[in-house]
Amino acid sequence: MSILDSKIPEGPLADKWTKHKNDINLVNPANKRLIDVIVVGTGLAGGSAAATLAELGYNVKAFCFQDSPRRAHSIAAQGGINAAKNYQGDGDSTYRLFYDTVKGGDYRSREANVHRLAEVSTNIIDQCVAQGVPFAREYGGLLDNRSFGGVLVSRTFYAKGQTGQQLLLGAYAAMNRQIGRGKIKMYTRHEMLDVVKVDGKARGIIARNLITGEIERHSAHAVVLGTGGYGNAFYLSTYAMGSNVTAAWKAHKRGAFFANPCYTQIHPTCIPVSGDHQSKLTLMSESLRNDGRIWVPKHKKDVEAIRNGSLKPTDLAEEDRDYYLERRYPAFGNLVPRDVASRAAKERCDAGYGVNQTGEAVYLDFAAAIERYGKEQAYVKGLNVDDKKLVTDLGKKVVENKYGNLFQMYEKIVDQNPYETPMMIYPAVHYTMGGLWVDYNLMTTVPGLYAIGEANFSDHGANRLGASALMQGLADGYFVLPYTIGDYLAHDIRTGEIPTDSKEFDEAEQKVRADIDKLINNEGSKSVDYFHKRLGKIMWNKCGMARNEKDLKEAISEIAALRDEFYKDVFVPGTQDEYNEELAKAGRVADFLELGELFAKDALEREESAGGHFREEYQTESGEALRRPEFQYVSAWEYKGKPSEAVHHKEALEYENIEVKERSYK
Amino acid sequence: MNLTLKIWRQKSANDKGKIVDYPVSGISPDMSFLEMLDVLNQELIEKGESPVVFDHDCREGICGSCSLYINGRAHGPQTKITACQLHMRSFEDGETIYIEPWRAEAFPVIKDLMVDRTSFDRIQQAGGFISVNTSGNTQDANAIPIEKENADKAFDAATCIGCGACVASCKNSSAMLFVSAKVSQFALLPQGQVEATDRVLNMVKQMDEEGFGNCTNTGACEVECPKGISLENIARMNREYLTASLKG
Repeated sequence: MSILDSKIPEGPLADKWTKHKNDINLVNPANKRLIDVIVVGTGLAGGSAAATLAELGYNVKAFCFQDSPRRAHSIAAQGGINAAKNYQGDGDSTYRLFYDTVKGGDYRSREANVHRLAEVSTNIIDQCVAQGVPFAREYGGLLDNRSFGGVLVSRTFYAKGQTGQQLLLGAYAAMNRQIGRGKIKMYTRHEMLDVVKVDGKARGIIARNLITGEIERHSAHAVVLGTGGYGNAFYLSTYAMGSNVTAAWKAHKRGAFFANPCYTQIHPTCIPVSGDHQSKLTLMSESLRNDGRIWVPKHKKDVEAIRNGSLKPTDLAEEDRDYYLERRYPAFGNLVPRDVASRAAKERCDAGYGVNQTGEAVYLDFAAAIERYGKEQAYVKGLNVDDKKLVTDLGKKVVENKYGNLFQMYEKIVDQNPYETPMMIYPAVHYTMGGLWVDYNLMTTVPGLYAIGEANFSDHGANRLGASALMQGLADGYFVLPYTIGDYLAHDIRTGEIPTDSKEFDEAEQKVRADIDKLINNEGSKSVDYFHKRLGKIMWNKCGMARNEKDLKEAISEIAALRDEFYKDVFVPGTQDEYNEELAKAGRVADFLELGELFAKDALEREESAGGHFREEYQTESGEALRRPEFQYVSAWEYKGKPSEAVHHKEALEYENIEVKERSYK
Repeated sequence: MNLTLKIWRQKSANDKGKIVDYPVSGISPDMSFLEMLDVLNQELIEKGESPVVFDHDCREGICGSCSLYINGRAHGPQTKITACQLHMRSFEDGETIYIEPWRAEAFPVIKDLMVDRTSFDRIQQAGGFISVNTSGNTQDANAIPIEKENADKAFDAATCIGCGACVASCKNSSAMLFVSAKVSQFALLPQGQVEATDRVLNMVKQMDEEGFGNCTNTGACEVECPKGISLENIARMNREYLTASLKG
């Protein structure tokens, strides 16, 4: 019997959130001043939560490892944010956004959470516009939309290819207002290294000042983690260099269950790996699939000719190209969801049709879009539509206006002009749907410890749709947590300040110090990166886009062995009383080495294919993912000393409002 | 490629600091500039020496962390990119490359190539926001149409990544481009009008208190800005400031 209580409110789906808000406890404004909340991470989720909680009157302490809250990796999100505004009048609705998200997640997310997300999505756009976020607009002055993968409507709001940046700067501005008023105390260049529990409740954190190396104790009545995902377990990913699992993992070790770690999003359109020196991968926004067509050559001889440079892709005739997404999925074409697009690219490359030297790249081609837009402009301007050069020039201008910064980014990295020759792309690790298990109130299994944004598991199931990460981060931080946390904090109005000189804080601090001592005094011979790269290779080769029982079992034992080797042979230079990036990295990699094993264990347990989790043993005859009804549950893992001993708990998923069907994009 | 790096090393804010020479070899032209520094750092770690400290995070030109002054230019020889987007194909085999931190009174060095830019945050805290609570009960997002030209200009100003290249490039260490980008973003939008007077006065006041210099219109900031923030913004801020001063 499951010990997980998701606390989903009773009643019809569409009324649950409203009813819940009416039922839960409130804290009166005077009492809010007596309550402290710690928020770790200042991305869209953490930043928006910190700002809103401070506005409400709580005393907020916010932490980030970057030198400014504005630099959290939400800033790198490119394409957009979904909202069921139906400004385009194309049939969108709250229900449809809810439906698309549940289906997109391959029926592995919670109905009630997703419906709430769809409900508050429209508030996000209103709120952001009021904050001065400069979304793209049409000539009439109203907001523009575009379409993203896995949906049949245009509901994505955007600010060129920098939507995440503009939304984060909005949240940062809201935080700044509260920092200026003294309601948020901001701790930059600080890393959380443990959660402190007093009487079973989260009552504070241990943090390290990254500049001085000082270990600090911070107490509060509740702790909120908005610390992002764990994709850097793969070493190469589109995450920032500093993104890590440490805060979530320490919380896990203190009793927070970790849910669905194997659900990882591998994004189809990233710049391919160029060599061993590579430190990170760069995403090319999914919005490009609105206008770009994905293809590889139909014939092996052309693949060879392209690889050895004797044939240019632009010279290959239309009939010799395989637009494999349009071929396999006529209804959605190039706009199939990410998991489907990634697997299809892998399938073609595994079959020998990859178009670069490593054989791991496909084309993303804008020639047709340039021609289409060019003709449209020529008509509008009354110019000669048969003048090819004119049409191409006009078309390039339109494409530049839409995707200019992405094209520029591509050209700087690859040294090829994507207006002239198709882009080369390949899938890369991009987002993690798994994360800390939370109930409907976004509270983990540790009372008073909350997880929001990518750090939790709740809304995206086994696959996240494009432009939904920004939506969820801001929904959690602006519109969900500020309500639900009040229900818990209402019991703390008489508690008073939490002292930091208790035995629990002593114990946690000592543990943190011991871990650091162990790493810094280890007389090993290999750098932290050496181990991180090796872990990444295991993860990518055996827990990547396609998984099977044999590989996963090998991954489990290889990661455990690598972890032992790490503790025997890692070398961390310098001291702990200074800025020491290697020391910070060592701590993060140590946690990835534990998480990686749990990840593989979770993938092994899930004997089905769902969303981003593809088990080769479970596929349809045409190679599509085969879901199995007996796995219609959330896996939540309880820490018991080692990843191998983690205890498996299940939360059954029930679909009362959506019929669970084969997920087809044909 | 083989290169000679001349890198600023400074143990702490109080240390005097000096340029130290490091030869590096086997660099691929496809590496990014920061990956080249990664190679150097791995070698230093293997030799038991302390790696070169520099700020970096997203490595795709958007977080604004990286802040290297390369051969006398903020973010190096190419325009409209950050140091993390710079690739080694921009350099010649055998070249000597100078790498220094941002230099400005308001950006004290923390260690090696890493500087403290919290002065930028404090300027934003002085007024870089619209005072609207996050209740979600604002009016509908399409209630106020905004002329596309103004919306686009506001966006262009808002793309500032807060890296500080403008300050590092300015002979006066002025932060006018940075401050004017935020002032302009809000000045161009109807939502920003209500607090326009206080915003520009407070942000400029904070800018001066932080020790940034004055603007003498040399335009170096615009040339070196990785996001191409236009000098027009400074002109707009000056107009806003004048109007606000007359009102105030």
